[in-house]
Amino acid sequence: MTLHLLALLADTALPKLAPSDSFWLPADASVTSRNIDWVWDFLIWMSVLTSIGVFVAIFHFVTKYRAKSRAANERADKSAEHNTALEITWSVLPLFVCIALFVWGFKGFVDLRTPPKDAMELRANAQKWKWTFDYKCPTGGMTDDTLHVPIDRPVRMLISSVDVLHALYIPSFRTKMDAVPGRYTDMWFQATKAGDYPIFCAEYCGTSHSDMLSHVIVHPAGEYETWLKGACEKADSMVGPERGKKLYSQQGCETCHTTDGTPKIGPSWKGLFGKMEAIAGGTTLKVDENYLRESMMDPTAKVVQGFAPSMPTYKGKLSDKDIDGLIEYIKTLK
Amino acid sequence: MASPTTTADAAIPQQKGADDNYLTHDKGFASWAFTLDHKRIGVMYLASVLSAFALGGFFALAVRTELWSPGKTIMEHDTYNQMFTLHGAIMVFLVIIPGIPAALGNIILPLHLGAKDVAFPKLNLASYYLWIIGCLCMLSSLAINAVDTGWTFYAPYSTTTQTAVIPAAFGAFILGFSSIFTGLNFIVTIHKLRPPGMTFFRMPLFVWALYSTALIQVLATPVIGITLLMMMVERVFGLGIFDPSLGGDPVLFQHFFWFYSHPAVYIMIVPAFGVVSEIIPVFSRKRLFGYQFIAISSLAIAFLGFLVWGHHMFTSGQSVLAGTIFSAITFLIAIPTAIKIFNWVSTMYKGRIHLDTPMLYALAFLWVFTIGGLTGVFLAVMGVDIHLHDTYFVVAHFHYVMMGGAITAFLGGLHYWFPKAFGKMYDEKMGRIGAVIVFVGLNLTFFPQFILGSRGMPRRYYNYLPEFQGLHQLSTIGAFTLGIGFLLTAVSLGRALKYGKKAPNNPWGGVTLEWTTVSPPPYYNFHTPPPVTAGPYDGYDDLVYDEKIGGYVAKKA
Repeated sequence: MTLHLLALLADTALPKLAPSDSFWLPADASVTSRNIDWVWDFLIWMSVLTSIGVFVAIFHFVTKYRAKSRAANERADKSAEHNTALEITWSVLPLFVCIALFVWGFKGFVDLRTPPKDAMELRANAQKWKWTFDYKCPTGGMTDDTLHVPIDRPVRMLISSVDVLHALYIPSFRTKMDAVPGRYTDMWFQATKAGDYPIFCAEYCGTSHSDMLSHVIVHPAGEYETWLKGACEKADSMVGPERGKKLYSQQGCETCHTTDGTPKIGPSWKGLFGKMEAIAGGTTLKVDENYLRESMMDPTAKVVQGFAPSMPTYKGKLSDKDIDGLIEYIKTLK
Repeated sequence: MASPTTTADAAIPQQKGADDNYLTHDKGFASWAFTLDHKRIGVMYLASVLSAFALGGFFALAVRTELWSPGKTIMEHDTYNQMFTLHGAIMVFLVIIPGIPAALGNIILPLHLGAKDVAFPKLNLASYYLWIIGCLCMLSSLAINAVDTGWTFYAPYSTTTQTAVIPAAFGAFILGFSSIFTGLNFIVTIHKLRPPGMTFFRMPLFVWALYSTALIQVLATPVIGITLLMMMVERVFGLGIFDPSLGGDPVLFQHFFWFYSHPAVYIMIVPAFGVVSEIIPVFSRKRLFGYQFIAISSLAIAFLGFLVWGHHMFTSGQSVLAGTIFSAITFLIAIPTAIKIFNWVSTMYKGRIHLDTPMLYALAFLWVFTIGGLTGVFLAVMGVDIHLHDTYFVVAHFHYVMMGGAITAFLGGLHYWFPKAFGKMYDEKMGRIGAVIVFVGLNLTFFPQFILGSRGMPRRYYNYLPEFQGLHQLSTIGAFTLGIGFLLTAVSLGRALKYGKKAPNNPWGGVTLEWTTVSPPPYYNFHTPPPVTAGPYDGYDDLVYDEKIGGYVAKKA
């Protein structure tokens, strides 16, 4: 059993839950948990005590006042049908508890919804079924499918979606926000512990909803800048099929297109270039550079027969260099 | 009865013989298919709802089996998504919403009121046929290409997916009308057909609960109807209402959807409150603690239920101010709900408790509803909800309330009124074993899901991190336990129909009016409306148990 679990944990493609001190909650790695975790503890203890109270009362009454038999025709004690003091207590007490909980919940919520003014900004893009994150580079920008953040610095995520609803959920930061097509939403956090934490999509989005996972890597002090510099340089210098191959996994192409010939949500890229494809609507065309380019910019214009027109547009997300790279990469897959 | 025949009575077919009852009064398929008798319509509803429950349960077991291991266990991604959608849609629209009101309510409400039928018997039958048509529409989606949107139909996924969304949504639309008809019928029945002497505060709490439910059904259901219509129009004609690529707003859909679907959770749970309020005093031989409070709080909850829909949308991008108001009103509902639990428990204090099957279900209800209610408080606390929203914690919470609350109360009510409705007694031992297995299965299935959720496991996941596997397996074992419990209960009740001992008129010693007529009731229930001179839980001491007939009779003066 242990060996089996270890084997699964060794799978680096999946994010891992960091070990947690709490039985209930995942590891706490952001200041945003400050108004949440202690309220959680209060709620748990309140619930445990209330439930025990109710359950003990039920058991006690059932054993103590259990009727011997129906034939005995026992009568209930009528004196216990009303008790003003008790009724006022059990009405007023929950009222106070509820007022307190409302206020604490409100504070926690406002805190989660109000990023500090000096927060660093990052973009999160959601699409079926991939998260991508944009970083600013000296020469423009760079996109990665993993979220990298520095420790101890507030980060505001600006979130959007190109297709349906998704939700960016980072359990260790106790925060979550829907990615809504057609508008921006935001959330913020400030990581307190370096490490690797899972990101989930929490709003149902279809076929591979449960595989729409990512990681957030919290870099120790000073290392974020080093990472960003390296990643930017690498992104800039990479050209041709190598660039295409990187974009293939980074931009989420792999979610729908395979490179081994098996059709998935979209046609496989293996042997795609130069192939004659039947297009929905009846025409046939040869896959060339212009068709591939059009399929990235306006994906629903000419859809290969047998596939749903579900691909989002990459207009504005891919540079000319990126498009060249992807076409070059597809050409290598013979 | 020796009362003189009036002109009104002349129109009523007379009792055919001493043993004549509504089940034997007419024979043949047409006598059922075109019946206007509320009890027969109730029985048809019961059979249909229970069949839908079996189908929804089958999908639930398919989902739980798939979740035995991460990745593929028995089915692919898309099949799984269809399975959980069908499970949710069937359980919500076909089972829980009509379950207690249309099935049990139809049989019992007129009997509770000493009336001959509901106010509009034809509307009642129409409501049943709408249920059947809605059900067929929804299931036709299964035959074409089963819907995969989740029961919530969130846009723009629902307006763009390739599956058969329209038949399913149209089914829900029609089921909405079925629900409105029942609600309308019950409101008029309760206002106009109460017997002499039954003031509002002498009505049994089940009647109060059905009344509050009916108000919500009539006022809220049209909203889901129009919402689903707009969604269908967007799908068919490309009219941009919800899909931003057509100029629509997806958050608008959520507002419309929850404007109905939050009140709808009270359509599901308030009747359960009513059933439990009937069972506990009868089996404790003691007047219900805080009758007026429970009665009025049903209405209050029905009203406040309209003002909290936004608490489903704390992470949707809704404004902070809106979220705050919705959270505050949500807490207002928590308080009367807590007080009700205290009232039910206090009713047992110094009572004389009989632990027959209905009472076991009522106790199970108190247990699971306490947990379901308290975990609801977690979700009302906005800051905490952000972490828990759309995780298994929410799944566990609403299953504790809907499955643990509404279905347990439904089964309790079914066992409580079974002798009255069918004139047969079930095997008490089997009934109790069934109740215990259901209770254990329920907790084993859904408690681990709280832990999964708080640790971050999102809902509607086909695949999951290996760390979550142990708790998922526990939940799956629980689901099969639950299945066995239901199967056993079905066998027990099925056998009772055929081989059950003849039921006495009043097996449990209830004092509400349905126990004053014979079991099963005659075609016209009561010859004249029985006059009411006391509250619905007064007078247990005026009954004595007669061992010869196995039921209660009036004490001789």
